[in-house]
Amino acid sequence: MESDVLVVDDSAAIRKILQRVLRQTGMAIRTIHEAGDGQEALEVMKSQSVNLVLTDINMPKMDGIQLLGALKSSPQWHKIPVVMITTEGGETKVGEAVRLGAAGYVRKPFTADQIKEKLAGILDPALPL
Amino acid sequence: MNLQKLIIDFIGQSTANVFSTMLGTELGPGEATIERGTPEVNDGLVSFIGLAGAWAGTGSVICSPKLACRICSLMLMTDTQSVDADVLDAVAELTNMIVGSVKNDLEPHIGILGLSIPTVVFGNFRTKSAGATDWIVVRFPWEGDVLVVKLFLAPTERAPHAVAHLMGQTCPVDV
Repeated sequence: MESDVLVVDDSAAIRKILQRVLRQTGMAIRTIHEAGDGQEALEVMKSQSVNLVLTDINMPKMDGIQLLGALKSSPQWHKIPVVMITTEGGETKVGEAVRLGAAGYVRKPFTADQIKEKLAGILDPALPL
Repeated sequence: MNLQKLIIDFIGQSTANVFSTMLGTELGPGEATIERGTPEVNDGLVSFIGLAGAWAGTGSVICSPKLACRICSLMLMTDTQSVDADVLDAVAELTNMIVGSVKNDLEPHIGILGLSIPTVVFGNFRTKSAGATDWIVVRFPWEGDVLVVKLFLAPTERAPHAVAHLMGQTCPVDV
C-alpha cells in the first residue's frame, strides 16, 4: 500500500531534507504533504488523505505534543502513526510523547538510515519501535 | 565538575556531530575562549536560541554570508550563492540542532532546560544579552572561514545551590 505522509516542522530546511530522505527510503510513498506547525497540520489532515505523520516538537502556534494529543484523541485519526523528529532528547517531552501514543521518535541531527530504520519498524509491526 | 569545560566539550561534540550528520562534512576541533565585556562587532549572520529552566541563557551561531550559503548548499543539496530565506532557515536549524544537543547533554548535570524557537539576523551587528557577561565562545575553522558557536548560561532561582557555583556565578541562595 502506498503511504501519504505529512511532514510537520517550522523549518523549511528540515521539511525539504525529510522529503528527500523519505524518497530515498524505498518506501512506497504516494504523496508527501507539508505543514509548518500543528495548526497547519490539522488543516492538511482535514482535506488530505494521510496515513503517517512525522512531526517536530518545538514549533510556534501548536507544538508537536499538542498535535499528537489532538490526533490521538480524534476518532478519525487516532490510529495514524505519529513519529516525533526533534532535538528534544530529555525524558520530559519525549516521555510525554510516548505516553500520548507516539509511534517512536528520532533525534535531530538524524541520518537517512535512522529515519529509514524507524519507519521500517513502524510499518512492520513485528519490529520494535 | 567544571561546567565551563563541560559546555566547551559538549559544543565541540555537538557541532562536529551536526556537521557530520546533516552536512556530510568533517569539522576540526574548535578554539574556546571566554568573551567578557563588550562583544565584538559581527558582519554576517547570527542565530539565537533561548534556554530556560534551572539555568537560563542563550546559544548562538555566527558566520559569514559565504559560510552560511555553503552550509545551506550542503544541508539542502543545492547550489546557493546568496543569502535568501533558505539560507536563514538552514542556519536557524543548524543552531537549533547544535544548541539542542548541548542542552540534552547538559540536562543530567544542571536539570531540565526548555528550548525556544531560533531567530536569525543578517547584517552588521553587535550582540548583547541583558545580564550576560561571560560567553563561552568556540571558533571552528572550516573551509578557510570561521564558524562561531557561543553560549551563555546562568543559574536561576530554580538552580540547586551546589550547581550554582560551578561556573563561578553568584548563587541566588547566597544573595
